[in-house]
Amino acid sequence: MFFYILRRLISVVVMLLIISMTTFLLFFAAPEDPARLTCGKNCTPAVIEGNRKALGYDKPLAVQYAKFLQGIFVDRKYPDDPALQAASPEIVTTCQAPCLGYSVMAHKSVTEIVKDTLPVSASIALAAFVLWMIVGVSGGIIAALNRGKWLDRVIVGLALIGFSLPTFFIGLLLLTFVAIKMKLVEIPRFVPLTEDPLAWAQSLTLPAITLAMVFAASYVRLTRAYMLETMSEDYIRTARAKGVKESVVIRKHGLRAALTPIVTAAGMDLGGLLGGAVITEQVFGFRGLGYTAVRAIDTTDLPVIVGIVIVASTFVVIANLVVDILYGVIDPRVRLT
Amino acid sequence: MAQHTTGMPQDRSATTAASRAAAPEKGATTTAPSDAGYLDVRGLKVHFPTDDGVVKAVDGVSFRIDRGQTIGIVGESGSGKSVTSQAILGLHRRTRAQTSGQIWLDGEDLMTVSDERMRELRGNKMAMIFQDPLSAMHPYYTVGAQIIEGIRVHHPDQSKAQAKTRAIELLGLVGIPSPARRVDQYPHEFSGGMRQRAMIAMALSNDPSLLIADEPTTALDVTVQAQILDLMRKLQAEFGSAIIMITHDLGVVAEMADEILVMYGGKAVEHGPVEEVFYRPQHPYGWGLLTSMPRLDRARTERLNPVPGNPPSLINIPPGCAFHPRCAYQGEAPPQACSTIVPDLIECGPDHLVRCHIPTARRAEIFESDIKPRL
Repeated sequence: MFFYILRRLISVVVMLLIISMTTFLLFFAAPEDPARLTCGKNCTPAVIEGNRKALGYDKPLAVQYAKFLQGIFVDRKYPDDPALQAASPEIVTTCQAPCLGYSVMAHKSVTEIVKDTLPVSASIALAAFVLWMIVGVSGGIIAALNRGKWLDRVIVGLALIGFSLPTFFIGLLLLTFVAIKMKLVEIPRFVPLTEDPLAWAQSLTLPAITLAMVFAASYVRLTRAYMLETMSEDYIRTARAKGVKESVVIRKHGLRAALTPIVTAAGMDLGGLLGGAVITEQVFGFRGLGYTAVRAIDTTDLPVIVGIVIVASTFVVIANLVVDILYGVIDPRVRLT
Repeated sequence: MAQHTTGMPQDRSATTAASRAAAPEKGATTTAPSDAGYLDVRGLKVHFPTDDGVVKAVDGVSFRIDRGQTIGIVGESGSGKSVTSQAILGLHRRTRAQTSGQIWLDGEDLMTVSDERMRELRGNKMAMIFQDPLSAMHPYYTVGAQIIEGIRVHHPDQSKAQAKTRAIELLGLVGIPSPARRVDQYPHEFSGGMRQRAMIAMALSNDPSLLIADEPTTALDVTVQAQILDLMRKLQAEFGSAIIMITHDLGVVAEMADEILVMYGGKAVEHGPVEEVFYRPQHPYGWGLLTSMPRLDRARTERLNPVPGNPPSLINIPPGCAFHPRCAYQGEAPPQACSTIVPDLIECGPDHLVRCHIPTARRAEIFESDIKPRL
């Protein structure tokens, strides 16, 4: 088990290196000159060249990538050039490790931007995750156990509706009716957990429901399918033949086996969402990673795009690792390999 | 006596109510007929209504066995032999099935007892050995845990440690080496033969007096097969269980059974003591089965004689005798009888029943002249 995890960890590091390299290369393959993007319309060539030097864009690609990697472990200083730092020490900004670059447009290091926006995305993702797992998995189990009866049909029908409605539509619907017309909740405005836990939870209600809806629908279908498959397995019949109570057969024998693929899917989905739920954040005006990424793409803020892509993909890769380890815990057949 | 339950039950509890309603006296305690065997199945029918029609998986099967005896149920896939055994344990899809008839076990009619009573009996008084032990054991739990579960379901007063000691004892009993170590291993760490032994240990854990073995040796090597059969015989001698051996392997039946029931299209077509059915078969289907077996003492160039055609669809069972479309001896029966009238199960020898329109005397002649030389 130890070596299994170690091997997986190494592959995670390799994967992240490849992702960062690819993203970094794409950054420079963009049609824009990164230095030109650092100042507005009335830019003189002198300013552009100054910025190019300050941000290190004048150095060869390999050197820039090495510096970027180094920045993840040690603090970086901007401007990058020692001569410029000496000339005007008052403008030197420190980008603390893990440093993901500096956005001239935001006058902030990318790390700071991620630090500000990640809690928003993570809050929405986690709240939605809890919701959809509870609703989706229990709905799926209930549907499977009542296969073919009206309860099953109602649940599957609702899931189909939930699955077909686009997120932005559900979000706007909730916002218009629940928040604005009926005034059941305030119009959501993100409050950090550390500031006021109750207000935090309240602010997340609508975005979490919105995001959870589509996922809950697909988890109902997923859980129902796996549950039906498991309950028709031979070992379920064996458990019944032993005289085990039906409730125990369902829980201990059926659910345990059906959960394996659901855990996989859940881990991957959560990992993906931690990197930002673009549409939900956009609809509710929550400044999370997704929202920020879209803005950065609009304004071609390359360092921010690169930073967020790397952060988001790190979550996916880590989620993948966690799922693999969990798999080994759940299914004894996986442990040896 | 045997009534059909009508209409499709809405849920599990309704099924029980429906099957209760089919019993002679609703709610009243029914007493077993005085001549009932230890297990006595009378007129068992299991029908599954589907969109395409009613699947008559089991259509009026009767047999009885006493403790210490073995009955072999033989038939092709889809002949209803597995459904028969599962109906005894109440493991068929009860919500969908329409069941009727009587299943007396030690004085109790399993068709009328509550679901809870059935659960108490399953794995306790009656146990089942399944065909493919790899898929029949839960891959996520150790072999020991699965045996322990079966013990503690019926003996909640036993501690886990006690049950584990018993599980180790059982694994040793069925011939698994170093059972104390094996008990903590998972099914996938066992070989096929070992898994089947573990499966038997699981079935034996509460000393069942009725053991149903559904193709217990089909998934195994021939050498392991012999060991498993030997083991079952030894255990039967020790515990005096009644055994129902379901198989399509005539060799297994000849070796194990006291009595043979040949099923075709959900019905018994031949039923009798093993010497009778095996050495003096009277039904053309039985002839086909026996003459189709490969023989070591025949030349390899000699072709096998398979029974022509396919097993019947259980939705559209051929009218008359279900076997008639495949029967080579139709001409021997009264004209039109085979394709229009369902033959009755008639006595054709000592305790030997057969379902065939060919007159008994003529059948004996055909057997002597045509079949016997080829056996």
